[in-house]
Amino acid sequence: MNAVPHKNLKSFLTDAVRWNLRGGIAFQIFRIFLLFGMGFGIYAYSFQARFGLSVTGMNDIVSWGLYISNFTFLVGVAAAAVMLILPAYMFHDPGFHRVVIIGEGVAVGALVMCLSFIAVDLGGPLQAWHLIPGIGLFNFPSSILAWDVLVLNGYLLLNGLVPAYILYSHYMGRKADERKYRPFVFLSIFWAFSIHMVTAFLYQGLPARPFWNNPLMGPRFLASAFAAGPALIALILAIIHSTTDYKIDRKVFRKLRLIITISAIVNLIMLFSEIFKEFYFPTHHSSSAVYLFFGMDGHNSLVPWIWTSVIINLLATLVIAFNPGKDNPKVLLPACGFLFIAVWMEKGIGLIVPGLIPSPLGEVVDYLPTWVELGVTLGILCLGITVVTWLIRTALIIEQRYEGAD
Amino acid sequence: MSSPKKNEKQTVIQDVLEKPSSRRSFLKGASIAMAAGSAALATGCMATGDTTTSEEMKLRWQEYFKKHYRLMTAEEKKETVKRLERLAKIQNDLDVQIGTDPPIENVLYGYAFNISRCEGFMECVAACVKENNLDRKTNTQYIRIFEMEPGKLDPSTGDGQFYHKVPVENKFYMGVQCFHCENAPCIKACPTKATWREPDGIVVVDYNWCIGCRYCQAACPYFGRRFNWSQGEVPKEELTTKQHYLGNRRRPKGKMEKCTFCIQRTRKGRLPACVEACPTGSRVFGNLLDPESEIRFVLEHKKVFRMKENIGTEPKFWYFID
Ligand code: SF4
Ligand code: SF4
Repeated sequence: MNAVPHKNLKSFLTDAVRWNLRGGIAFQIFRIFLLFGMGFGIYAYSFQARFGLSVTGMNDIVSWGLYISNFTFLVGVAAAAVMLILPAYMFHDPGFHRVVIIGEGVAVGALVMCLSFIAVDLGGPLQAWHLIPGIGLFNFPSSILAWDVLVLNGYLLLNGLVPAYILYSHYMGRKADERKYRPFVFLSIFWAFSIHMVTAFLYQGLPARPFWNNPLMGPRFLASAFAAGPALIALILAIIHSTTDYKIDRKVFRKLRLIITISAIVNLIMLFSEIFKEFYFPTHHSSSAVYLFFGMDGHNSLVPWIWTSVIINLLATLVIAFNPGKDNPKVLLPACGFLFIAVWMEKGIGLIVPGLIPSPLGEVVDYLPTWVELGVTLGILCLGITVVTWLIRTALIIEQRYEGAD
Repeated sequence: MSSPKKNEKQTVIQDVLEKPSSRRSFLKGASIAMAAGSAALATGCMATGDTTTSEEMKLRWQEYFKKHYRLMTAEEKKETVKRLERLAKIQNDLDVQIGTDPPIENVLYGYAFNISRCEGFMECVAACVKENNLDRKTNTQYIRIFEMEPGKLDPSTGDGQFYHKVPVENKFYMGVQCFHCENAPCIKACPTKATWREPDGIVVVDYNWCIGCRYCQAACPYFGRRFNWSQGEVPKEELTTKQHYLGNRRRPKGKMEKCTFCIQRTRKGRLPACVEACPTGSRVFGNLLDPESEIRFVLEHKKVFRMKENIGTEPKFWYFID
């Protein structure tokens, strides 16, 4: 057939690199911007390497900040790939089958960002090998953070290897053997829920922090992730649809809208339930929520932040649910973008920082990230976007050729 | 000029590699490719500004790959202590003595604080800062004193930053520090077992094993932990040179630290610095297993309570009223 004899693993990799270096002028500019962002991130990080985390806005009271916030949010984005995997592999939905690889690419990029955010947040990144089971000393099963290290790396492996195997088979011009990868797909579905639940338990398990020590934490994480993640994927699909000739069926967008709507509404219901609990009869366990929504002792840096997030969230959910433009992408896509931003604001900074304020001894301080934190964060985001574009570009070229050969 | 120096470095790396050692030798082998780069990074991160000698390089390299304190043999403990003392000499021209005194048999430490006596003088805080070589630059303190309104018993309602003459009429004072919980959330949280409770009840941190994730800090309900956001600074003439590996020795930047009940003193049978310094006698420290001890007297004869009893962390720190 069309299996060219000199195709092998090596040519697979070199072809992937080759395809990714080509591209139009706009694409090249985009890439240079990403490179610049990563370079700036490294420059910013060099200060942290030299002077320690004192160059960040964190302190003994707000001991986690922008890094862990982004980590927490991106775990959700990674987990949301399951919303494509589930229909594609379980229900054999052909439309989703064509895009599932894109979802997996997004998951890999998100995980790379998650792990990077953890790495830059460590005070002793050079000691990170203490975490490797066997060489280091692993506090398993007692520490939830140890669990998180395991599930995140496992999910990265699953989401990297299954698509790699399918792509490689297609690259070689043969059909991927479903019997071989099916068990791993099922495992990855189960795993996607676990990465998110474990990350939620990271916070939920701390009796010292009443704001987090809340049984709704895990489910609410899932709901917001299954709203924000597919919203992002819809945006990426729209970009692919309009800039490449890999066309995506309208039905896929319609189904994604359904998923987003349901998750976003469930998320809002749970948000309401949380707010009710905190404010109907406020105890001193509500003080973090009071700080977050109304400010405390003159400290109110998060108040505009959280209200902006809640309002955008509400409006975007309404637009996606009621669909005023009748499936007009000019209405739905911006709504997806806004929903994504709203959840990022709320599940990131809006969740992590107030959990630490007031301190267990009642002290209230405001947290503001420094330029170093912003720079490193920008660098990691650029890294993640680079990973996603590389993976998706490779995948699309292979898939298109494979489909064309059929 | 440069070639002898290069040779020196070569022999250092060989030296380190050829030395017979534990299971960690595998890691040394695996990482030798990155050695040049990461060694520069590792040492660069800790550099004090002066040129790094090859001896210093070698010591740091061995320090980097050492084991968790609890897994070290007596011999290895001795070696790391020797290295640390030598490094202090090379880097800062300091003569420090680092002990590794083990827990004393049949001792379980407990602490009690007399809230009706304390007048907020903060002598304990000053003594603790001095004894434990706490960072002067960021003004790190293990002990916090809260000025409290009558009728309130939760420090979150008090004032932890008063700068006025004490005592103030109709206020009382409450000291807070790490409570060395029997059921400590910080220990449960740590992903690398870098923090644990010793048999005598002291909760300690292996400063070299900690990776600085700060999960324990988020988990502590009493604000008992402090992080080294940058390298701590102590004026040379104020440094306490009698140190313990798990206590007041120099902490690297990016690591967690906390009150250790002055492990360097108490394991030698002395009192913690705060107890000794308190002018009003509000602080009581001793062996909970000894029925004759003062702490046992307090627990048996005074009205005692513990903070946030509802979380069930079982602090080994009691408050009492005369
Ligand atoms: S007071 Fe905090 S730091 Fe001290 S043992 Fe308890 S939980 Fe750990
Ligand atoms: S900061 Fe250090 S001691 Fe605390 S949990 Fe992390 S590794 Fe353990």
